[in-house]
Amino acid sequence: MTDKSLHLSRQGQLSPKRIRNLREKAIEILLFLAAFSCVGITFEILYILVSESLVFFETVPLVKFLTDTQWTPLFSDAHYGILPLVSGTLVTTVVALLVAVPLGTISAIYLSEFADNRWRELIKPCLELLAGVPTVVYGYFALVFVTPLLQKLLPDLSGFNMLSAGLVMGIMIIPYVSSVSEDAMRAVPVQLREGSFAMGATRLQTALKVVFPAAFSGISAAYILGISRAVGETMVVAIAAGLQPNLTWNPMEPAATITAYIVQVSLGDLPHGTIGYQTIFAAGITLVFITLLLNIVGHFLTKRYREIY
Amino acid sequence: MPNAEFAMTNIEKIRQIIARKKLWDKTFAVIGLLSMLVGIFTLFALIIDLAIDGIPILSWQFFTSFPSYKPEQAGILSAWVGTTLVMLVTGIAAIPLGIAAAIYLEEYAQKNWIADLIEINVTNLAGVPSIIYGLLALGLFVYKLNLGESILAAGLTLALLILPIVIVTTRESLRAIPNNIREAAYALGASKWQMIWDHVLPYSIGGILTGIIVGLSRAIGETAPIITIGALTFIAFLPDAPIKGEFPYISFSWLMSPFTVMPIQMFNWVSRPEPEFQLNAAAAGIVLIVMTLAMNSLAIYLRYLFRKNIKW
Repeated sequence: MTDKSLHLSRQGQLSPKRIRNLREKAIEILLFLAAFSCVGITFEILYILVSESLVFFETVPLVKFLTDTQWTPLFSDAHYGILPLVSGTLVTTVVALLVAVPLGTISAIYLSEFADNRWRELIKPCLELLAGVPTVVYGYFALVFVTPLLQKLLPDLSGFNMLSAGLVMGIMIIPYVSSVSEDAMRAVPVQLREGSFAMGATRLQTALKVVFPAAFSGISAAYILGISRAVGETMVVAIAAGLQPNLTWNPMEPAATITAYIVQVSLGDLPHGTIGYQTIFAAGITLVFITLLLNIVGHFLTKRYREIY
Repeated sequence: MPNAEFAMTNIEKIRQIIARKKLWDKTFAVIGLLSMLVGIFTLFALIIDLAIDGIPILSWQFFTSFPSYKPEQAGILSAWVGTTLVMLVTGIAAIPLGIAAAIYLEEYAQKNWIADLIEINVTNLAGVPSIIYGLLALGLFVYKLNLGESILAAGLTLALLILPIVIVTTRESLRAIPNNIREAAYALGASKWQMIWDHVLPYSIGGILTGIIVGLSRAIGETAPIITIGALTFIAFLPDAPIKGEFPYISFSWLMSPFTVMPIQMFNWVSRPEPEFQLNAAAAGIVLIVMTLAMNSLAIYLRYLFRKNIKW
């Protein structure tokens, strides 16, 4: 008889080794279930968004949803055109990126190529704290501090506007851009820099012409992360940009974004199953679609520009 | 000698070029420093602006009063109690689930399509806008599971939101444990789980803790998903106490209670037209910012401390 069958043959009693193996297997299955729950969450998100908005698209044709220039789902003369919300989202995102991309990139180059180690250890956490401030506080700041300040420069700026919401959002996403870009630049092998220095290049020339291009795939991932943060950001725009769906490209006007609309509707008491309730899921699926598109673009950018050292 | 003269002027020219390039270097260093300080100065401006408006409001009464239609009597009692209870649910749900998922992915998962699927999912979930979690919670917890607009629903929503953060940071700290330690445990006859429970987990606790703190501080500040599930903005009562004087001492009815949290209270005050409420909003903002920045600094400090003390 082999060892194995000896263990099993003790009159049906489980040997300690078998108990131990069973326990190990049970633990592994439990851990697997925990990990698999993430997949479950994703499918549940997709299922809920799709099933609720399918009901919406039964009443509102998709063409109307995409081409109507008015979004007034809660009025008696209801229009369901997503364009005003998309334009608001795009304008605030562009304003935010105009702040976050240059400042974040320059900060990252400075931190990775110019700052010495101790100074970096000190200042990088300070920059990261920007990402820790609750967004509702940023919203308050945009409405109560930045807008009055801007109104002194631009007298015809309205009290709610996309400009100050976008600016504050941009400041908020600087650390997302700078952290990821800095990691990408620091991952560039030091030989490349040494080669560049040996050719007589200065620090700045090395940073801009060697390190930046070599790290570009990582840096573009940082930009994509910044864009999806800006597109999905809710409270700053809900507080400071006003809540009127407005098809405009002028950042000085008030407007609503997709996320702000969802918040606005949720604040009211919306009965389950009404068309108003379903609009937020239709808006939500549009938002997910935009974020997904960005991720795909980001994926290809990263692939296209990947440098092989 | 014209040749030597020519060489001299050439060297002069080269020196000029070098000087100019070095000047560019210095200019960029200044620009870099300035652009970084833009963010940090904004943070300071924000804190000072909040402090000027809000500090006069902060008093014992502010922390122990319910919201009110009279701004000078309004306080944040129901908000901070609500935040504490919601965070309790979030922590209990997200921490074990996140750590378990991370252990599976890092220690057990074989290279196959299921592991890939889970990996891709975790990365994608981290990029989903928080308001989408709100819509998920509205559909799933509020209507399908009938939890209503309760503390339990809100806590679970935020738990799902911070799950990717906990998983990613836990994995990173598990990965930092050298393989020698695992091999040593196996050599002494430990099973896989004994190896993880007795060795890998205790050694990586610092990194895991950092991830939990970052996740919870993110959850404390989240507003949008909780508004989406329909949290009320005006709550003038406290949930049922979890611990009671009489048998059976512990009560769970608070889980189903309506609630409000700090960011919603602040949002409510910001959106009111009366300027007095703006001051209350500033005061609530101070409390929020102190809580989140304190947690974030603690996390940064812990990360620094554990990185320094690691000597394998």
